Amino acid sequence: MKQLYLYFLLTCLSCGEKNNTTTIDEEVNGRAFATVDFEGYEAYLTEVKAPVVVVNFWATWCKPCIKELPYFEKLGKNYQDDVSVVLVSLDFPDQIERLEQFIEKHKLESQVVLLDDGNANEWIPKVDQDWSGAIPATIIFNKGERSFFEQSFTYEELEKQVKTFL
Amino acid sequence: MKTFKVLTLLAVVLILSAFAVNTIGKVGEGSKGYNVGDIAADFSLKNIDGEQVSLNDYKDAKGFVVIFTCNTCPFSVANENRIIALDLKYKNQGYPVIAINPNNPEAQPGDSFEKMQVRAKEKGYTFPYLLDEGQKIYPAYGATKTPHVYLLHKTARGNEVKYIGAIDDNSRNEAAVKERFLENAINALLEGKEIEVTETRAIGCSIKV
Repeated sequence: MKQLYLYFLLTCLSCGEKNNTTTIDEEVNGRAFATVDFEGYEAYLTEVKAPVVVVNFWATWCKPCIKELPYFEKLGKNYQDDVSVVLVSLDFPDQIERLEQFIEKHKLESQVVLLDDGNANEWIPKVDQDWSGAIPATIIFNKGERSFFEQSFTYEELEKQVKTFL
Repeated sequence: MKTFKVLTLLAVVLILSAFAVNTIGKVGEGSKGYNVGDIAADFSLKNIDGEQVSLNDYKDAKGFVVIFTCNTCPFSVANENRIIALDLKYKNQGYPVIAINPNNPEAQPGDSFEKMQVRAKEKGYTFPYLLDEGQKIYPAYGATKTPHVYLLHKTARGNEVKYIGAIDDNSRNEAAVKERFLENAINALLEGKEIEVTETRAIGCSIKV
């Protein structure tokens, strides 16, 4: 359901004011995630309603990312009323099937967004001034505060950080 | 009783000194390696042919294109041909590529010394491909990912860091490249001009420790 909502939301973001009648058509979309450029990513984050948002940059080919992914899933489940987890995939756009299969195989519950924006030098500093570009990387934010982490997490470390935002 | 007190005191001193050492260690970790303008340390690392390679071996070089890269990271793989082309283009002009694999083969078996040899042969690497054994060099440079480039220029003070970052503005797809940051920087050095963009960023794989 979350993913349906996400698709709907992104469809509206991408169609802008031109077309408000877009319906959810999973047959056409056929995907459990939406593809956005950096502008779309920023717009998407402003729409997430949870008090605390956890954004994790990952890719299916990134070993340490895959290792910590279950912790983000667990966090989303354990704090579903307060925390929204967004998994921003940096998988290559020509390997989308890999991402699709991964989401299905691991039954990912968190929202997944594929960030397809080639000019990383432009948008990496906008994600965070301290980010060198290595993944995994994670942002935790609420209305007033924001923290950035260029590191891997254990569940305990992740939970500890998130609790400071609740 | 006195002995007990002395022992307690000793324990306290030991614990405190342990904290002190720990803090110093943390400060060291916090340093982020080189900035543009710093002098880069030389090294002696094992090349895929078994020979040790140092920057000091290259008496005629004007500088170096030091690239931290590896076999396994898709962004490194996507850049292999570009790195070979860079070496072929700039080696004869005085800026050879020196590739260093910063990953710990125990954490990433696909980046073992033997696998490095295999990959270099498959791709026909024209440059040294060194293993950062013990992983001492990449932290000194401040590399955080693969690929991660440091352009060095020989000066009287040593090898000065002139550019840090990405090869170009699209590491995934060479066909979509609009700006060749690294080439622009080397060209500026060759022409004796100021380098316009001295630091860039790209997505890469974290270094496996």
